[in-house]
Amino acid sequence: MAFAHKHLIDIAEYSADDIMQILETAVIFKEVNERKIKKLPTLKGLTVVNMFNEPSTRTRSSFELAEKRLSCDSLNFGGSSSSTVKGESLVDTIETLSSYKIDLVVVRDKHAGVPEKLTHHTNAGIIDAGDGKHQHPTQALLDLFSIWQSKGTLDGLHVGIVGDIGHSRVCGSLIPALKIMGCEVTVIAPATLLPARPDILGADHVTSNLDEALPELDVVYMLRIQRERLEGAPYPSLREYNMFFGLTREREHLMRPDAIICHPGPINRGVELDSYMADHPQRSVILDQVYAGICTRMAVLYWLLGGSEHGLTA
Amino acid sequence: MALLLKNAHVIDPQAGLDGIMDIVVRDGVVVETGTALSIPKGEIRDLTGKIVIPGLVDMHVHLREPGFEQKEDIASGTRAAAHGGFTAVCCMPNTDPVIDDANGVEFINRRASQVGRCRVYVAGACSKGLGGDTLAEMGDMAAHGAVAFTDDGRGIQDAGMMRRVMDYAHMFGKVILSHCQDESLVGEGQVNEGVASTRLGMLGWPAEGEELQIDRDIALCRLTGTPLHIQHISTRRGLDSVRAAKREGLPVTCEVTPHHLFLNEDAIGSDYRTSLKVNPPLRTQDDNDALLAGIIDGTVDCLVTDHAPHADWEKDQEFELAPFGMVGLETSLGLVLTQLVDTGLIEYGKLVELMSVAPRRILGLDPVSIVPGSVADLTVIDPETSWTVTAKDFCSKGSNSGFVGAQLKGRATDTYVGGYATMQDGALVE
Repeated sequence: MAFAHKHLIDIAEYSADDIMQILETAVIFKEVNERKIKKLPTLKGLTVVNMFNEPSTRTRSSFELAEKRLSCDSLNFGGSSSSTVKGESLVDTIETLSSYKIDLVVVRDKHAGVPEKLTHHTNAGIIDAGDGKHQHPTQALLDLFSIWQSKGTLDGLHVGIVGDIGHSRVCGSLIPALKIMGCEVTVIAPATLLPARPDILGADHVTSNLDEALPELDVVYMLRIQRERLEGAPYPSLREYNMFFGLTREREHLMRPDAIICHPGPINRGVELDSYMADHPQRSVILDQVYAGICTRMAVLYWLLGGSEHGLTA
Repeated sequence: MALLLKNAHVIDPQAGLDGIMDIVVRDGVVVETGTALSIPKGEIRDLTGKIVIPGLVDMHVHLREPGFEQKEDIASGTRAAAHGGFTAVCCMPNTDPVIDDANGVEFINRRASQVGRCRVYVAGACSKGLGGDTLAEMGDMAAHGAVAFTDDGRGIQDAGMMRRVMDYAHMFGKVILSHCQDESLVGEGQVNEGVASTRLGMLGWPAEGEELQIDRDIALCRLTGTPLHIQHISTRRGLDSVRAAKREGLPVTCEVTPHHLFLNEDAIGSDYRTSLKVNPPLRTQDDNDALLAGIIDGTVDCLVTDHAPHADWEKDQEFELAPFGMVGLETSLGLVLTQLVDTGLIEYGKLVELMSVAPRRILGLDPVSIVPGSVADLTVIDPETSWTVTAKDFCSKGSNSGFVGAQLKGRATDTYVGGYATMQDGALVE
């Protein structure tokens, strides 16, 4: 079975079957990652550019590791070495990189729509590693993987997402992805952190009352709160944010016994999560998410770079 | 120099004209209209099948000179105007330097007389440098020919300053053209707040950011008595406010652009096409419907393009980095003919009112009519020709049109300014 996509930009273009194909492949790569020798020759000879025009630690490092473990050649481009800081346009930059005969670009940019724009200027495949406040589809896939591994299913789960929905590229992909997989989605946030139309993303319910929502949830997905200056901030203080939207030990009694906790990282301890909940041995899957980042990104790279069913069983 | 236009279908509601006739022009002035006219010598043009109307005026364009000649200049912008059938434009002052004193007005007037292909009227700035805090020398600018004042592109944020502007402008009898945008609400908004901002993951530009200032400026119009013209109105509730102000008898007028009338936020797809990034942003289908209703019931006074050319490399960027604006001079008439006239939503007489009569009235210019004694600014339309909007055919330096590829029916073929052709048979007269 070949894969139906050349790019991973808009998660809504992927079907439930496409997503399951990636998640099932990630299971195989997870097994590889458990071995002492974690490297496969699968993508030998292929070239991937990691074009990170905005700082990133975990997304970038997990892509790099995923590429290394699949034996492709990768080029890191961006940060202070980026030609964009020298005034080169995005179009000129991608056309320059494209001249190196590359196969895939993993792009992170602070501006929405950049991954799609790149597709018009290169024949390489594009993976959106986060574009502005728009989407972050590999984060959504690794979240699905973690939830699926923990709960054994995705269909029918009720997932609550708590925090800065309005400025979150994670939500831009995660909510549509959860809907594709048959989940029910509640978004929980102060009105100052909601997008204009959460229903457009697919949210089934919108509330500002965490305590009322918690008993219904199978998965509590806590978003990172941006620590901003208070002038113009969407909440009066981190203390008050924590009072209303922090997942704290005091709130655990409201949770279902088997409800799990996710967070895309990095955590602000004492703001959206306290240490008890962040490190909860039964509930927290936060470190599983980090690990899932490698396995899932290996699966995405594998399929977008022309992998086959045969290659997985060989 | 005499000119005889024969067998044209002349439409001019000001003169009650709607029929086939001949027009004689001498020394830039219409001297005779009637049937079977002749002239002893001069140029004779047979306009059988064509429609002749009083010359079109676009009272909201950006000619970009001085300072942004990579986007447009007075030569290219007025050529685009002539190519689109316009005999006059009013240019906005957000150039570099800003047109905020008499020198600036004189510069535009001089350049327009040297290289212009249509009449150019100057709107001066209300505040020095468009800074929004210090009155510009509106009196001196008016004395040098400025026809209106505006801080277009940004708007005046402080209500007290806007009141001062309106009070001060009152003694020169000039209209204030208001760009309504509350910066504290709009911030870095990129697209309409709602479906588009959520779907595209960009900051929203809410309708209320426009409506609040429309309401504010109507209140200040009531307070000061100074004529107020709301620019590029884009929302249903904003238009409702203008409708109520007119009913009250306030001297309030408004304009709408073809892109706010015929496009909405749904047009901005996953390709983030930057030619659709405009300010105010494309709104919703419901707003399109309301603007159309406002045209039909007369709440909308005139059509303008807000012609806003940019260099290709400026627009070919990340959506959030690309500048706002689209070109419009060379598509406006065709769009109106195709979408409003050919569909039967409005008559030709209404088109003349919206695109020729009302802009002159709002700016306090002498009327242009197809009657003896009137200046011979004329637009000739072929109502039957079908064409496709193609950027490389533009005379404008800018190709940032949201209508590229549109199939249109009807366009201007000839444009006369003071009896001289600036366009003939679809080609510019050099």
